[in-house]
Formats: sequence, C-alpha cells, structure tokens
Amino acid sequence: MYPITEKHVLAPTITRFVIQAPFIARKRKAGNFVMLRLHGTGERIPLTIADSDSSRGTITIIVQAVGKTTKELCAMNAGDAILDVVGPLGNPTPIENHGVVACVGGGVGTAELYPIARTLKEAGNTVHTIIGARTRELVILEPEMREFSDGVYVTTDDGSYARKGFVTDQLKELLDGPSGIKAVYAIGPLPMMKAVSNLTRPYGVTTLVSLNTIMVDGTGMCGGCRVTVGGQMRFACVDGPEFDGHQVDFDELMMRNRTYTDLEKLSDERHLCRLTGDYREAQA
Amino acid sequence: MSKANPLKPSERMKIPRQEASEQSADERSHNFLEVSFGFDDERSIIEAKRCLECKEPLCMDGCPVGIDIPGFITFILQGDYAGAVNKIREANYLPAICGRVCPQETQCEELCVLGKKLTPVAIGKLERFVADFEMRHDLFKSPAISKKREEKVAIVGSGPAGLTCAAELAKMGYQVTIFEALHAVGGVLRYGIPEFRLPKDILDIETERIKALGVQIYTNFVIGRTATIDELFDEWGFKSIFLATGAGTPTFMGIPGENLSGVYSANEFLTRVNLMGAFRFPDNDTPIRIGKEVAVIGGGNTAMDAVRTARRLGAEKAYLIYRRSREEMPARVEEIHHAEQEGVQLMLLTNPTKVLADANNWVCGVECQRMELAEPDESGRRKPVAVKGSEFVLPIQTLIEAIGQKPNPIIQATTPGLETSKRGTIVTNDVQQTSRAGIFAGGDLARGGATVILAMRDGKNAAAAIHRYLAEQSAAVGSDDVTRTASSGT
Repeated sequence: MYPITEKHVLAPTITRFVIQAPFIARKRKAGNFVMLRLHGTGERIPLTIADSDSSRGTITIIVQAVGKTTKELCAMNAGDAILDVVGPLGNPTPIENHGVVACVGGGVGTAELYPIARTLKEAGNTVHTIIGARTRELVILEPEMREFSDGVYVTTDDGSYARKGFVTDQLKELLDGPSGIKAVYAIGPLPMMKAVSNLTRPYGVTTLVSLNTIMVDGTGMCGGCRVTVGGQMRFACVDGPEFDGHQVDFDELMMRNRTYTDLEKLSDERHLCRLTGDYREAQA
Repeated sequence: MSKANPLKPSERMKIPRQEASEQSADERSHNFLEVSFGFDDERSIIEAKRCLECKEPLCMDGCPVGIDIPGFITFILQGDYAGAVNKIREANYLPAICGRVCPQETQCEELCVLGKKLTPVAIGKLERFVADFEMRHDLFKSPAISKKREEKVAIVGSGPAGLTCAAELAKMGYQVTIFEALHAVGGVLRYGIPEFRLPKDILDIETERIKALGVQIYTNFVIGRTATIDELFDEWGFKSIFLATGAGTPTFMGIPGENLSGVYSANEFLTRVNLMGAFRFPDNDTPIRIGKEVAVIGGGNTAMDAVRTARRLGAEKAYLIYRRSREEMPARVEEIHHAEQEGVQLMLLTNPTKVLADANNWVCGVECQRMELAEPDESGRRKPVAVKGSEFVLPIQTLIEAIGQKPNPIIQATTPGLETSKRGTIVTNDVQQTSRAGIFAGGDLARGGATVILAMRDGKNAAAAIHRYLAEQSAAVGSDDVTRTASSGT
C-alpha cells in the first residue's frame, strides 16, 4: 500500500497528491511516470510524476478528474492509501542546454511540464513558459512556474484570465519575435501538441511532446501504447513517453485513444449512479 | 512388480486409459471455468494400475525436471496421495500447475512404453489429481529447510522460472527475494494463461507455499527502473541474481492497419482479461471490447488461449489464421482440439496482409491471401509461399496478433556487461550462467519463447548453479572482495 500524505486541490477538478513511495522517489527523474491501481478491481492508469523528495520518500502527482478512476482518486484523502504504485517508468526527458527554450503546457499537462521546465532551467536554459487552460480557474502552477521561468505567459480559451486564445498564438508570437527559441517542450491534450508541432515545423525548432496513450502495464508488455513515429511503430511506455513532435502521427493516435470512449463513459456513469444510490442495471 | 499392484503386466495392459470428465464444449465456451475436472480417486487408482513399473522407466527421461514418476504412481496405488505429491515436489515445487499446463504428450507420456502399442499412462492427470487432492484436504506441509544460510539471492520475475528457482534456493536455506514488475505474482501464469486452463486460485495457493518457505516478494518493482541490477549487488547486498523476466514484449506483423481500434497483441488482450479481469467489466474497471467476428493470427498456445478467450467473451465467429498447415502448428494438440470443439474455425495456409477500417477507424475486416507449402526453410518447416490472385477479405471487428513475443529490453539496457543475442535473449551457458559473474538467467528470457516446464527446469538448474557459485565464493578468502571484482567485470 502507498499512503497519501498530502492532498491539495489546485483547481475545481485538479488535485495534487503527495504519496509515500520511497523506492520510486529515489530513482525518479523529470519525465518519468508511474502506473497506479487504486483497489482490487481497479484499472492501471499512467500518471506523470510531477515532483519527488527522496529524503522524505515521497512522489507528487497531479490529477485531473475526468473518468471513473481519476474521479475516485480525487475523492481520496490524506491518510488513505493506494493499492499499487509502480515506477519510475518511461525514459527521463532528455535535458540539454539549448540556450533558449519554450515550455508549453495545456490543461493538466502543465503539471507534467513543471518538473521538466524546472530541470531545463537548472541546465542553464532561458525558459519561456506558456500555460494554457480552458478558463481561469483551470490555470494551474502559475506561481510555481514564475519562480524560475524567465517569462510566463498564460492563455485562456474563453479569455477569462490573461490572454484570450490558444497557447499556439502566444508561441507564434515568441517564435516570430527576438526570443531565439531553439527547442519547444509541449505537454497537453493531443490536439494541442499536434497544433504546437505543426506551428514549429516551418521554424525548424526541435519540438518534444509527451504522449498519453492507452496503456495496461506500462513496462513494454502490452503494446497498447503503440504509436507511429517517423513511420515506425514505437511503444510510448518504453520508447517514450516523449517523442519528436514533428514525427508523431497524431491523427492516428487521437483515433486510437477513442477506442474505449463509450465504455469509459459507461464505467464513469455507473460509478456516479452508485455514489448517489441510483444505479440501475438497465443503464449498463 | 510392487506389492501395491498385484496385477500381471498383461492384465494391466487390458485396462483402458482413463479419461477425465470435462465441461461440454457448448457450456464451457460461455464461461471461464476450468475445462477439465481432472481425475477422481477411483479413476486415479485404475489409471495408476496401468503403469508397468518399468525397471528403467523411459517416462522420466521425458520429464524436464526429472520427477520420479513410477515412485509417485506407487504412492497412488497405496492410496497415499499426500506421499505421491510430496514425491513429485522433491523435483517440482509446482505440481498443480504442471499437472495442468505441461505438454505431457510430447514429454513423459510420449516415452511411456505403453504408448508404443496402446495408450500411455495419463501421467499428467495423475499429477494434477494428487496435487488437487492435497489442496482440497489441506494436507500440505512445508518441507524442512536443511540449514539457514546468510547469503541473499535476488530473483527477478515471478513466473515459472523465478518461482521454481526461489523455492529451490529457499529449501537450501538461502535468503531469497523475488522482484515482480506487475501488481500480482506469477508472470505468464498470471497474465498469459487463462483461468479456464489454470485457475488463479491454484496459482495463489502455490505462491503462498513459496512464501511459506520464507521467500520475500516485492510486487510493483521493476528491475532496471525501480532499482538496477548493480544496485541489487552494491546497495541491497545480494550475492547472486537470477533473471527470469520472460518474453513479454509483443511483436507485430508490420502490415498496414495494425494501429486501428480493435487490433490487439495477444499479450494486451490476455493481460486485460487474465490480470485485470476485464471479462467482468464494468464491475472491474479495465475495459475490453470484442466483436461478433474475431480473428487471431498465429498457431501457438498463446494464439489458442486468445481465440478461446474471444469465444468466451462472446465472439460468435472466432477464426484462427495460420500461414502453415495443421502439422506445423506449435500449439499442443489438446489445445487445438479444445479450440475446435469450442467452435473455433481454423483458417490454415492463410496469411493476413492488411487490416481494413470502417468510418470510425475500427477494424472491419482483414485482407488475407492463401498460402502453399514449398521446400523446408531454416527452421526445418516447409516454407509457406503466397498463392497469386488468392486474396480475399474476412469480415471481423477484432484482430488479435499472437505471432510471438521477445524479451523485455529494460534489464539488458540498464545492466552493463550482460551479453545478449540478436533476438534480445540473454546469453547463458548450460548451467544458466550469464556473461557476468553471479548473474544467472533462464526461462523465456534466455530461450525466447518456450514452455512453463522448460522455464522451471532452468530455474532449478540455476538454483543448483547459484548454490555452487556461492559455495565457491564463501570458500575463497575475502569472499566479498572476490564477488565485487567478479561482478564488475564483463
């Protein structure tokens, strides 16, 4: 069992957890993820490790409640324990001193971006951070990013906070300006990462994206996470999760990620019905 | 001739081979319960009486782990089933598993003298019977541990090779720790072999018995990620390590359309069902989706497990596509037979060339071509070649590829000096020793894809080799220094 030691709600659906997992904390590097399973009938889901503290033996994850498992997790509290946590999995983010980089986070992807942006700064880069969200209350980690970033830019789709528009609008402005950006690290929903990759391609700027895929074991066993990168089949769990955004077949991956949409919805609705005591078999 | 069996050989040969009762094909193709019910004690005694008690029993030559087969059969004849299973356990710590999944027809039973003119003794079913009897009547007694030894040994992977090696070393008194990457113990016995061939309760009981020997098991621990091999030596204080991580990485055909929704590797498909219990979705959270028409590509036991699982999940038509003919199929004859009984249609001499998609990017068919067999290739099997103009489309909504697995590369990539083959397997000598001192390997990680029992033999041989290695180490003066120097070399 892996006890939750701290819980902090960052936004209405986004929660940060600190979890006791000393072996993972010791080895974790920026870009690594864990697979976790909440209970005996639970599914295994991948979550990026946002931070770790090897002296305390803890890792930090930031979760958005979108489906049954993430909603169940977000309803857990400090003192509760998660049944299974395994990691650190995946390859650490390749960190280099490019000179000037842009770190682009969309939605809860900003949580995954945070350790990478910080590590890039520590490696000597000038870091421009762009945070995108649908609306004001979903903007996360802005103060934390400001602690080390050379510039922080926020966009909201609805214009309820900071700049109205998409992260790509802001990124384009920086690329067209005198910033001298040599590399872009983008983490967020697939359409956002695709848009960022399409934007940077003509500029010839190296673009790294972190792919969220279907995944069962997370150790290279199932092949559920296969993606086409540069025409080759790659496994996001062991070959990634980060890939050259200019080489990724985003359209194929977005289609593939919809494989279980209706079943996930069914699972989620059934869960909610149970919570409210109104579950009827007929709905299944 | 033993006193236990008063029958003359001619009388023994008149007894027909006993058959175990099993669920009817119609019934079992809709549930995940075990196919065979195994022998009862009456049938076991009758079957045991068929054994000719050869002076030089050939059956034992066919057993990869050298079980004293006539010895355990004699115990059955005496009605001492616990004695029989303990006799087996001297050579094989997992009898309830081997009694179910071993290909006896190509091992012990193939060599049984009775089989030359009649039918061989049902050794596998007898093994299963005594193991089940012991479980049912709670007769298991943990074997005495001869002598406590201080040396710590790490086992990486809790499949058949790892569990066997752990049991053997623990019986010798070593301090054994198993590291398992998944959340449950058993490796391929857990995620690969379905419930209807090997109930997971049986695996759980066998695992508990290994723990009872003092073996410590860490689940959720990926060697190469959570800790490296060198850290196990340097920081954890292990003196020797046995690598048994299996062949868990799926291979794909490389045909167009493989990334469509509805295409699975057999590993993913079986892991969802066996490890994650997706057949109980939505009570269990892991989903799976099965079409009315399903095709599985491959001719091995994994393909059989996948196609029979597909039937049980509700596939109305389940096809098995194999590019060679029935004779070349690597699967057990019994599995092929069971699959056909359950309504699986074999499409032999057929090769898939393209997966077709519907408007929602789901599989809606697979394009295939007919094959014919030419001269034998390097594997000794006749090489299949395409028949021109024979292309056709098979309408399906789920495609499962069971064309083979290769070892997971994580350990090789994180352990300097560990020699690997082109196929990704770890190179060992005949006592499972790798290119690095103190590190041994076995099972599919060294073989690239074989059987449970061969993995167990490797585990047993590795335990013996580790025992010799540690004895040599402690005999040497300043044994710690020797270990360190040896393990840092290549």
